[in-house]
Amino acid sequence: MIKPEKPKVLLEVESGTTVRILKFMTGNELEGKLRQLGILPGNCAKVIRHAPLGGPFLIELNGREIALGQAIASKIEVEVVSCVSP
Amino acid sequence: MRFALIGQPNCGKSTLFNQVAGYKAETGNFSGTSVTFTASKVRVMGQVVELVDLPGTYTLAGTNPAEREVFDYLASHSVDAIINVVDASHLAQGLELTLELLELERPTVVALNMIDEARRLGIVIDGAHLQERLDAPVLPMIASRGRGVKEVFTTTLRVAQQQKNARRIPFGTEVDETVVHLAGQLDGEADPLPATTAAIKLIEGDRKLEGQLKIIRPELTSQIEQARNFLRSRHGQDPVWVFGGERHARASEIAQAYILQGEHRLTWRDRLDDVLLHPVLGYVALISILFLFFQFVYRFGSLLEVPLINFFDHLNAQMQGQLANSAFLAYVLTGVIQGISGGVAIVLPYLTPFLLGLGLLEDIGYLPRVAFLMDALMHRLGLHGKAIVPFILGYGCNVPAIMSTRILEEKRDRYVAAALSTLVPCAARLAVVFGLVAFYLGPNMALLIYLLNLFVIALTARVLTRVLPEASPGLILEMPVYRMPTFRTLSSKTWFRIREFIVEAWPVLIAGSVVLALLNYFDISKYFNYLLTPLSWVLGLPNQVGVPLIFGILRKELSLIMLHQALGGVELKDVLTSTQMMTFSVFVVFYIPCLATLLVIRKELGNKAMAAIAGMTVVIATMAAFLARILGSIFFK
Repeated sequence: MIKPEKPKVLLEVESGTTVRILKFMTGNELEGKLRQLGILPGNCAKVIRHAPLGGPFLIELNGREIALGQAIASKIEVEVVSCVSP
Repeated sequence: MRFALIGQPNCGKSTLFNQVAGYKAETGNFSGTSVTFTASKVRVMGQVVELVDLPGTYTLAGTNPAEREVFDYLASHSVDAIINVVDASHLAQGLELTLELLELERPTVVALNMIDEARRLGIVIDGAHLQERLDAPVLPMIASRGRGVKEVFTTTLRVAQQQKNARRIPFGTEVDETVVHLAGQLDGEADPLPATTAAIKLIEGDRKLEGQLKIIRPELTSQIEQARNFLRSRHGQDPVWVFGGERHARASEIAQAYILQGEHRLTWRDRLDDVLLHPVLGYVALISILFLFFQFVYRFGSLLEVPLINFFDHLNAQMQGQLANSAFLAYVLTGVIQGISGGVAIVLPYLTPFLLGLGLLEDIGYLPRVAFLMDALMHRLGLHGKAIVPFILGYGCNVPAIMSTRILEEKRDRYVAAALSTLVPCAARLAVVFGLVAFYLGPNMALLIYLLNLFVIALTARVLTRVLPEASPGLILEMPVYRMPTFRTLSSKTWFRIREFIVEAWPVLIAGSVVLALLNYFDISKYFNYLLTPLSWVLGLPNQVGVPLIFGILRKELSLIMLHQALGGVELKDVLTSTQMMTFSVFVVFYIPCLATLLVIRKELGNKAMAAIAGMTVVIATMAAFLARILGSIFFK
């Protein structure tokens, strides 16, 4: 069993890492938008790659790929943990 | 009878619509291509049905204008049946919207689209049992190939005729009781919405609906508050998220129960992003793709332009010979011929390959990749990656580009993106740049204009960002899987856009060309030219460019076609210097977007925005053209 690390924001996560989404530090409107895409607390996501020079993160979640800008990635709290979405 | 097509972004709704209605809606492999409602009459088993294509939406909750419009439409109009298109390869996600639609309690049919794509990913769906669970017809479909489409429509007609309303699937006990309780209090006041849907909306905090009901039933406010408080205490969550969460859980559970997971066969498509989104190779690929695209357009176009122009010149010369004794008729005829040849020889040769190429990139799904790669750069312009979509569409036509700014969440972003995308040289301006600069001065000079254009856009963006500071949250964009475009979709899409030119723009071109001929014949054009003398003086252009520039506001191609005429129908390189050609083209590229674009800006952003953008473009055009004049006088010796 891998012990979960302490919470980070998505922005600090390296490519190829799986994380569990904990909570959002965004406004309600933005949170709604993320939730629609299946980015919900408790779900698992994998950071696939990120674009250079402060570009967006590409994460995989429930079999679909979603690009998130850095400003947003810095507002999603996650824990690095090997996990599979429920 | 009226059917509404609804589904999540990029699920293939518009593709389905186009299959049955002929090509009327814009499609492309990225979210939010359809931002307006498109309606069409179609025949289903001999019956005429109005089919309405609604913009893609993840939910009816409505966080951006496009989503809000869908809910308002379903709430206000009487739709006889709903066709819910679901991307079979993302069943759980799609079902969240399906559950929300079932709550509307209207006749509903679920079309599982792209089952071929799903199968490739190893997903096989047990449709029969899913249908039983949802208590609504579920049918497989591959819209891009027209498979299963007929069955979807005949089934929809049947449920519509039988008025077989869908039934909502209950939430978890506590939540459901709260909804049902509040719904009971509404007493049908929320018509045409079912009471339960209205109750959900009210608990979620729909101010519009609450405002309407408060007038008739003031006491409802406290009941709504009570329900909200109850849910907040039980779920420890803002009530706004409760229903979404419930639907998400239910949808995942249903999807899991009816998906028979097979084997995911990795193909080249899954590996493609390793190259196309690579931090270095990705940009090499991007530049190469755009370069090839540019070359393709240029080579294809110039191959046709020369012989076609020669043909029309020859034709005109012959006609002139025949009409030697009637100067008036000769003038008018020249106008007509130049209007026609402008369309056939100058515009279509470049427009056709351009639209084919753009359509191909759209359907494959490359555009969202461009957004991903360009996000960092776009941030420097004070926007985010998604704003690249209006820019790219702008190269085709500014009108859809302005419309697509609706996919941006912030009003400020929409404003900036609209202002900037009017500076993007559309296909009409492409015709001017290619027909004048590339034709006489070579393709590299045309490329130079495009680079100057990018530079000016970036500079304008910096200035606008100063005036309107950035507040946008940043990029959130779904990356679709690559899809193999079908010949049928691509060709009908290209034809749809070319037809728009032929039907809407070409007659204006011919009429404008005739009007100019008349102005010349009666010697009136000089008054118009006087009006613009200050401008032509500053830019070092012949006085006669006044009329072509004024008419260019109607259609940008007109400015080139009328230029030919205004200068006496002679070989342009004999009367214009290289510098003048550059200066003229640069001015045409930037000044006032065409009338259609202005009108769509007014519709989307209001009168003030339209005036501001038009004014801005004239200032920019004059400065950029002046710069071109200076540079030209240094380099063209």
